[in-house]
This record gives sequence, structure tokens and C-alpha cells, in this order.
Amino acid sequence: MVSFVLIVLISLVFSGIVIRTKSIASGRKGPGIWQPMKDIFKLFKKGAVYSETTSIIFQIAPSIYFASVLMAIMVIPLGNSKGLISFAGDFVFFAYVLAVGKFFNIISALDTGSSFEGMGASREALFSMLAEPAFFILMGSLGLLTGYTSFHEIFMAFHFGSYVSYALGVIATFILIMICMIENSRMPVDDPKTHLELTMIHEVMILDNSGFDLGLIMHAINLKFAMYGALIANMFLGDAPMYLTIPLFLSIQVLFAVVVGILESFSARFRMNHNAQFILVLSSLSLLMFFGVLMVLGKFN
Amino acid sequence: MGYLVSFIGILFASLLLIGWVDNKRKGTVAIIATLMISALSSTIAIKALAGQTFMLLLKGSLVTGTVSLVVDPLSAWFILLINFTAITGIVYGAKYMQAYLNKPSGFTLHWVSYVLAHAGLLAVCAVQNALVFLIVWEVMVISAFFLVIFESHKTKTVRAGINYLIQSHIGIIMLTIAFIWVSSVTGSFNFTAIPEFVSNQKPLYSFLLMLLFFVGFGIKAGFVPFHTWLPHAHPAAPSHVSGVMSGILIKIGIYGILRMVFLIDINYLATGYFILFVSVITGVYGVMLALIQHNLKKLLAYHSIENIGIIGIGIGLGCIGLGTASPVLAWLGFAGALLHTLNHSLFKSLLFYGAGNIHQGTSTMNVERLGGLIKQMPHTAILFLIAALAICGLPPFNGFISEFIVYQGLFHGILTYPFPYMLLLIVALFGLVLIGGLAIFCFTKAFGAVFLGVQRQRPLIGPKESSLQKLIPMYLVVGAILTIGIFPQVFISVLNLPVGQFTGHLGASADAVQPHSIQVLNHLGFYSGALLLIVAAIFLYRSRRQQVSVCSYSATWGCGYVAPTAKMQYTASSFIRNYRKLAEPLLSLQKFKKDVVGVFPVKAGHTIHPQDKVEELLINWPLHKFRVFMFKLSFLQNGRLQFYILYGMAFIMLLVGVPFIIYLIRFFVNFLNTI
Repeated sequence: MVSFVLIVLISLVFSGIVIRTKSIASGRKGPGIWQPMKDIFKLFKKGAVYSETTSIIFQIAPSIYFASVLMAIMVIPLGNSKGLISFAGDFVFFAYVLAVGKFFNIISALDTGSSFEGMGASREALFSMLAEPAFFILMGSLGLLTGYTSFHEIFMAFHFGSYVSYALGVIATFILIMICMIENSRMPVDDPKTHLELTMIHEVMILDNSGFDLGLIMHAINLKFAMYGALIANMFLGDAPMYLTIPLFLSIQVLFAVVVGILESFSARFRMNHNAQFILVLSSLSLLMFFGVLMVLGKFN
Repeated sequence: MGYLVSFIGILFASLLLIGWVDNKRKGTVAIIATLMISALSSTIAIKALAGQTFMLLLKGSLVTGTVSLVVDPLSAWFILLINFTAITGIVYGAKYMQAYLNKPSGFTLHWVSYVLAHAGLLAVCAVQNALVFLIVWEVMVISAFFLVIFESHKTKTVRAGINYLIQSHIGIIMLTIAFIWVSSVTGSFNFTAIPEFVSNQKPLYSFLLMLLFFVGFGIKAGFVPFHTWLPHAHPAAPSHVSGVMSGILIKIGIYGILRMVFLIDINYLATGYFILFVSVITGVYGVMLALIQHNLKKLLAYHSIENIGIIGIGIGLGCIGLGTASPVLAWLGFAGALLHTLNHSLFKSLLFYGAGNIHQGTSTMNVERLGGLIKQMPHTAILFLIAALAICGLPPFNGFISEFIVYQGLFHGILTYPFPYMLLLIVALFGLVLIGGLAIFCFTKAFGAVFLGVQRQRPLIGPKESSLQKLIPMYLVVGAILTIGIFPQVFISVLNLPVGQFTGHLGASADAVQPHSIQVLNHLGFYSGALLLIVAAIFLYRSRRQQVSVCSYSATWGCGYVAPTAKMQYTASSFIRNYRKLAEPLLSLQKFKKDVVGVFPVKAGHTIHPQDKVEELLINWPLHKFRVFMFKLSFLQNGRLQFYILYGMAFIMLLVGVPFIIYLIRFFVNFLNTI
């Protein structure tokens, strides 16, 4: 429960912090951290223009996308307090619920019958499909290390490992950040601020969305960022008391947002046809993590 | 005994009656027959699932020995799922076939074959005598063959049918060899002879026996590399037949493998790893090929192969669990496999019925020509979408439940197994995740290309929504899909006995697994339902907001271009182009390209036809070599009568001469000995 509220709260300023970091890094004055949220509220109040080719799928998809992200957030714990949903194997549920949203996002892009949006949908489908194994092997190795199969138990047990487990935590963090960037179509894979539709992934998929729907999609991205940030934070929280956990959680989230901002300011986007290779490298990195876990557990002897 | 007599009575009465009535009513008679047979067999099956195993010993003949008919919980599970899909299939099919009423013949054969195939499937589940088993198996295979070749005026259809017939018979040869081997050692054709064989022979022989059975049943189920008949037969058959074939006919192969796993109770670890290995390849290969298909029904056929892979992963895990005496793994593996068998029979038949509606609405199956059908066929579109979500294993539908159980098994294995053994499990995990991801990719393509956007080619006829008789069975299946998705615990408690047949000997600890997984599945069902509610809440709120604000309609944003045509849409091929480029080394594609050349270029074009690499390597290539070899002998067949008489003479000479020469040699040797 605590984690759900905190993630929703931090999602309100997450993009703001990212944008703020970017504007400081590029020496601009830039908007305040509440600006993205103000934009979204403005969108919620606006009317919409729908394409004549679209059907009910296009209307309902943003709601499903948003709901799936909310549902996924409920799975995430915070330190020693469980998430709203917690059971053995809940991370499978987490990944599959997110996939529901993705499915609808993709078909709603195809619903417009546009040549651009299909392209974005195709890329999104391919890249998120390639990123999925990395997440599962990561969770599998964390499960192997701790002996549990739910987020809450894994993170609770993870904390009590040796120093090596913190090293593994760093690899895991890196993998999670990259998965987050892929899932949210951000910098090394996709550039949300590019000016050419041919080079986009996510932005081109939502070209035809407007008004309330666009607001939902935009805020779903904020929520997703905060969600992955919470996953990363959980790796380092462990079984600390609540008065320590909450400030630590918030500061890790802010740090994550700053890292995202810096990544976006100082790195260039990959060539689109090299993205697939990059994402597959992520899978092998998670395999590396798996073998690292095997080594820590002394299974090779 | 009464059950058997009435079963056979109903069967033959309906077969005769179908021949009597006119073409329009044949379907109705077949529906009634199927319903009666289903009701009869279901009562036995439900009793068996409640714990009362049905047993009937028939005297049989001198050749067969006693014939035992047994409906134990495992058979009962399969009987029930066969009945459900057989009923929805025939109700749908009766309407579907009315489109062919102008075709003069073939109706009697079709409906007789349908009823016979259904009866054959049920009999396969119950008969436990090898010879009778092979007979009913053959009845099922041949009646399915007639079902496939209903449109026998098309060469392609007949080819696909014969391909299916030959491959099925290769499977039957394997089964026959295996059964004869058992009976030559034990002297009995009864299934109880198999455990006897296993306990008396070396473990290696039992493993070989298992392999023989696996190949025999695997051809039916469609495990790679025995799958090649499937993508030909499914598109050729009428849609309700494809649905029934994919839904239950290939599942009978799974039943066979499970039955043999149960009977050959040795080498579980080796069997488990073998099945797991084959299944991971099957699953990944199936979905990899499904993605590049243009023909909607062929795409669905490859997805059947993929799902057989998922079921196989479950069976493999179960066997590994048995081999290492781990009740949790065994329970999760077999429960996942059995539930996924049911689930796949539901959503796959639904997808094929949907494809049938599209076929009759637009008279094409090429996804590149379709598009925008959601406007003309809203019911079909929504039904297809639900089935697509279910087959991708997404909550809140049934596919998710069974895949989740398999995932749980995999993670349990990875967490508890010693080092070298777990490596294959992590490969299986990788495979299963990849299957999930690719399935989503594939069905976004299929649904998007067929139902969304605008039609890419001017339609021949205006597509219309299908009639109620076709939609009602489809909604029935959706009901089942949602029920399993939201109340999985009910079905898991039904699975207790069938799974217990495998895990029972592991002792009381096996029973302890079930309450725990029911608890977890309770969560799953509840939260899946919650997802639906949250979506509904957000959507309702959105609708209320939109009533206040101004909404308008306009053309799709074309980045400033104002006259887009339907051809400018993203096509199914371009949607998967990135993937195709990535996976090209593993695939076999036939490309024809005609570039734009010269100052005054003529028409250019580019077509890609996906081929099956395994089929090329394992079937086409050896067959080609064999034909080349046989061609060298073709001088023998020169068409001259004199030569043929000469061959006959030569044959007779050999027949007489060889023993004579042997006699002479022997005589000579004896003569030498006497000297």
C-alpha cells in the first residue's frame, strides 16, 4: 500500500526532474518540475480528435494501458511492507500485466491505418519482445540467489547477502535501468525529442492520440518510470524501518531521474537497426548475472 | 456394458440416418448425434473425475485377448475437453457448411466422418488394448482425412490430405512396432503388459520403447520435427474442421504421450529432459515460423505447434519431477500441461472459427489483402481479439493461468535443482519467455492486419458479420475462456485426480502441493478480475469526461500528407520486417524480386514466400534424393509387355533357382565331407 502511494506521488514529478536535469545540463533555463504534470492535467480537460479509420480498440486501448501499469505498480513492495498484490511468482504476473498494456498500445497504433504508426508499433513489439528474456532471467537469478519467487521475499532476502550480492545488485540495477529505457522508449534506444517521425518508436505510435487519452498515455510513462525506479530502490532498501526506507526510496528515485536526465543529455540514440543487437546484449548480461549467482552459491564445485 | 451398447447403437443409427436425410438436414442430425455421444461419454467421465473409475472387461477375440475399456481420471479429462470442442465445432460447422450447399456431393461423407472422428477420439481415450487401440486410432485418422479433403476439387487440398494421411501412418507404424515389441516379450496386447515389459527389461530398452511411442504420438501432436503435415492440413480443411483438428485431434497425441509416461514408469529423468528439450525447440520454432506467415490459417497452425511445445515443457517438467521424486515439480508440470491442453483446445478452436468467419466473409485468407474488418464484423473481431489475448497468455484469460503454472514449475526447478541439471531449465525459461514475446508480436500483427486500419485490397464481396448460429458457439468458448481465467481454482481442484495419477506414488506430500497452488491461483484469478474492473472504471470515467468536452473526427494524421490511400498503410510483412531480418539465418524464405531498371522501367515487384526449413531438410531433401535414385531404376519400367513377362520369368527362375543352387552347394559340401 505504502509503495503504491509513494510511486504514484513520485511519478508526478519524475519527468519534471528529468527535464530539469536536461535543461541544466544543456545550460537552458527550462521549465519547472511541475510542468509535465500541468501539461497532462491540461490534456485531461481537453477534447479530442479521432481518426475516421479508428474503431473501439483505439478508444479503449489507452485506458487498458494505464490500468495495466497501475496493476503492475500494485505488485511492487517497499522495503519490508508488501505490495498490494504479493504471492509466489508475482513477477510473472507483473511482466504479463504490462504485456497486456503493450498489446493494446500496439494494436491501437495499427488501428489508425497510418504508415508511420505501424512502423512505431512494429519496433515497439520487437524491442519489448527482445527485452523480456532479460527481465525473466534477471528475476530467475535473483530468485535462485535468495530462494524465493515473489518480489517482496526476494528483496527482503537479498539484503542479507554478502558484499558480492551488492555487486550483483549493481549489474541488476544496470539491467533494470536499460529495460526501463527500452520499455519507455528513451534515449539509447529511442529519442522522444526527435523531430522526424521515421526515427521514433513510442512517440510515433501515439501520433493520433489526443485529449484525455494522450494524457493517460503520457502519465502511464511517468508511472512506469517511477515503477522501475521503485524496483531499483528495493534492491538496496532491505529490511530497514519505515522512517529510513521512505527517505531512502525517495532519494533513490530522484537519483534515478537525474541519471535518466544525464543519460539523455550526453548520449546519442543508436541506429534503429542496431537496437536489436543492443537489447540482445542485455539478455546475455542477465545470463552473466545468472552465472555470477551460480558462482556465489558455489554450485560449480 | 449398457454404456458401450448404447454408444455403438447411437453411433451406427446416426451414421445411417445421415445418409438418409437431405443435405440441409445432415448437419442437424450430426449435431444431435454428437450431443448424444457427448452426453453419454461425459457422464462416465464426470464420474471418473469424481473418483469412480469406469472399467469394462470384454472377452475380445482369440487375436486380441481380453479388451479392457478404462476411463480413469486422465482419460476423463481428455474426454471432457474433446466433447466440448466437438460440440462447438459441429454447431459452428453445421452453419459453416451451408455455404457449400451448391456443391453436389461430399456432405454425407463429411458428417459421417465428423461423427466417426469424434467417436474414434473418445474410444482412443478409453481402449486399453493395443490392437483395438490401433484400430480405433486408424478410424480416427482416416475419418479426419476425409474431413480435411472436403474441398477435394482443389489439388492443394488433396495434397495436404494425403500428406497428412502418410505422415499419420508413419506414426501408426511406430506405434505398431512398439506394441508388437511389448507383446512379443510379454505375450499380451493389454496395456498392463507395458509395465510388465518395463520391469523385466533393461532400462535402455524401456527408454527406446518410450522413444518409439514419443515419435508415434509426436507426429500426431506436431512436435518438431514431426510437425510438417500440420501447416498444410489446417489451411486446407474447412474452418470448423481445422478448429477441431487443432483443438482436439492433435491433443490425442498428448494423451498418448501422457499415457505412456504413466505406463513406462522408469527413466523419468532422461525422458523428462528429452521431452523438455524437444518441446522448447518445438515451441520456439513454431512461433518463429508463425510470425512470417501470410495465410491466416497457416499462421494459426504454426501456433498450434508452439502451444504443443508449451504443453510439452509442462510434461517434461513433470517427468523431471517424477525422476527426482520432487512432488512440487511433478505436480506443477503435469497440472500445467493438462490445463494448457484444455486451454489451447478452447482458444485455438475459437481462433479457427474466427478465421472461418473471415474466410466466408471475404473469401481470402491472405492477411495482406485484409484490413478494417472490425467495422463490418464487430463480433468476430472481439471474439478473435479475446482468443488472441488468451493464446498470448495474457491475463485475465485462461492461457495465462496454465503458462503461469508452467512458469512456477520452471522457477521451482531452477531454485531447487543442482547445477548441471538446471541449465536446461534456464534454457527452457528463456524459450518460454521468448515464445510469449513472439506470440504477442505475432497476434498484434494478425489482429492488426486483419481487423484494423482499412482494407488493403478492394474486396471481392462486401464482408458481412456471420450469422448467430456461428457466433453462439464462439461466445460459448469465450465464456469458458473467461471462467478459467477468473476462477482457475475450480479447474485446478478438478485436476487433482488426473495429476494424482502421476504423482500419487510420491506420497502424501504430493497432496500438500495442491492447496498451496490453489491459493496462488486464487490470487491470480482475483487480480485478473480486478484488472478488468480497473479498466472498466477508467474507461467509464473517460467516457463521462468526453461528454463534457468537444470531440471531433478527422482523417488519420499523415504528417502533413493529405491524400493517403489504403496501400500506404503498414502491411503485415512490413510489420515483421525487422524481425525477419534478424531471424533470417534460421528461416527459409523464397524471394522473388524484380527491380526497377532502365529509363522506362516495366512493372517491378517483390514477393516473399515463407518455407519450412525443417520440412525442406527432413522431408523434401531425402525424398528428392530417393526419387533421383529411383529414377535411375526407371529403365525397368519401359512399358513393353515382353519385358514384363521377362521380369516375371526371371522372378520365377530366382524363386526356383536359388534354393536349387543352395541345395547343390550343400550337396557338394557334403560330398566333399564324405571324401
